[in-house]
Amino acid sequence: MEKSTNQQRKLVIAVTALNAIDSPGPGVAVIRAIRECPDFDVRIIGLSYEALEPGIYMHDVVDKTYQIPYPSAGTDSLFGRLLHIHEIEKIDVLIPNFDAELFNFIKLRDKLKALGIHTFLPDLEQFEARDKMKLFEFGKKHGLHVPADRVIFSSRDLPSVASQMGYPMVVKGKFYDAIIANTLEQAEKAFYKIQAKWGLPIIVQEFINGTEINIAALGDGEGNAISVIPMRKLYITDKGKAWAGITLEEQSFIDLAKTFIKATKWKGGCELEVMQTSDGKSYIMEVNPRFPAWIYLTAAAGQNQPASLVKLALGEKLKPYTDYEVGKIFIRYAWDHITNIAEFQKISGTGEL
Amino acid sequence: MKLKKNVATSEEGFIFNPSTGDSFSTNPIGKDILVLLKEDKSVKEIIEAICEKYDVEPAQFEKDLDDFKSQLSDYAILD
Repeated sequence: MEKSTNQQRKLVIAVTALNAIDSPGPGVAVIRAIRECPDFDVRIIGLSYEALEPGIYMHDVVDKTYQIPYPSAGTDSLFGRLLHIHEIEKIDVLIPNFDAELFNFIKLRDKLKALGIHTFLPDLEQFEARDKMKLFEFGKKHGLHVPADRVIFSSRDLPSVASQMGYPMVVKGKFYDAIIANTLEQAEKAFYKIQAKWGLPIIVQEFINGTEINIAALGDGEGNAISVIPMRKLYITDKGKAWAGITLEEQSFIDLAKTFIKATKWKGGCELEVMQTSDGKSYIMEVNPRFPAWIYLTAAAGQNQPASLVKLALGEKLKPYTDYEVGKIFIRYAWDHITNIAEFQKISGTGEL
Repeated sequence: MKLKKNVATSEEGFIFNPSTGDSFSTNPIGKDILVLLKEDKSVKEIIEAICEKYDVEPAQFEKDLDDFKSQLSDYAILD
């Protein structure tokens, strides 16, 4: 980490998704990248939902944490809490990183701006265009390959979907989770499991066989891709999360992300989950409307996407990056961080640490 | 038979395909063939060079080279 200089801009940046667990949120990686940017001298405010999100206790990563209400509590409740935090901390930039919370933050974008809190988020139209439930239509409109899907509200629809798509098929939740089903029984089990966790509807998607590629990208809201980094997972956990991954040099992936950003005028960070088939076709399986948990790799490879997002949020115009290091690898590791009951008590009891 | 331009090879015979993220290791003869391929040598020149360095008959090596070539082709690292 570089030392503070007079040229560095002092900023207070609030970040969510501090759950650096086995299925990690991107918050800690976003903060790590921002802290490494030599242009900033930052104070990081963590915004947490659960008392045991590891980032809360990592004091060299997060300076101060405040709990915020769950997305289901609605925008008024969230705004009230943010207002209180802002009075104390004077937040310059806020970066939400969970799919499930983005709707509320997008709704509050203008109200936050009026307070001096900058965000860099897509508008609702962009956000909804790439929604899992509308992705197929989106692909059709823009000439992008997207697997066929059906949005269903009852497990009774599974047999008819299966007769159209055949097995295997992929059963997905509206925010997270995807299970490959090879039989009707497996599909029903997956339906109920995902419904219990994420509610309805459920998306059933055509299974595409190929190599999975993930692309982290940052759009400036005017159709330009400021940064695009393709990555292939080298090691995948039983939850399908990357445990290790490597940056790739493949122009077709970069072009695909640029096409998506141009078509949507995407504003902010996003992750394209792509499946490349053996005949070289790249299918967009999903578009996550926020940075992925492996986002620090973009900084390590020479395109610091989180730091660039901060600059864009503050109104700077940026030129697109052109180079990055190919063959850069991340390997995630588990670490037992030790803390005291007093800290746990403080965040649980007062909602602050 | 040409290696894709962006394929990286090391002196130890490690091959990295930056388009796919795949990596492979070869034995010393495989490494020597890769070096010759990088130098744009023809099949004839490769056979000559390898048969001079190792105790192998050209006819036998030509067959082995064909197998090696199919492997490289399957791994999508040939142009």
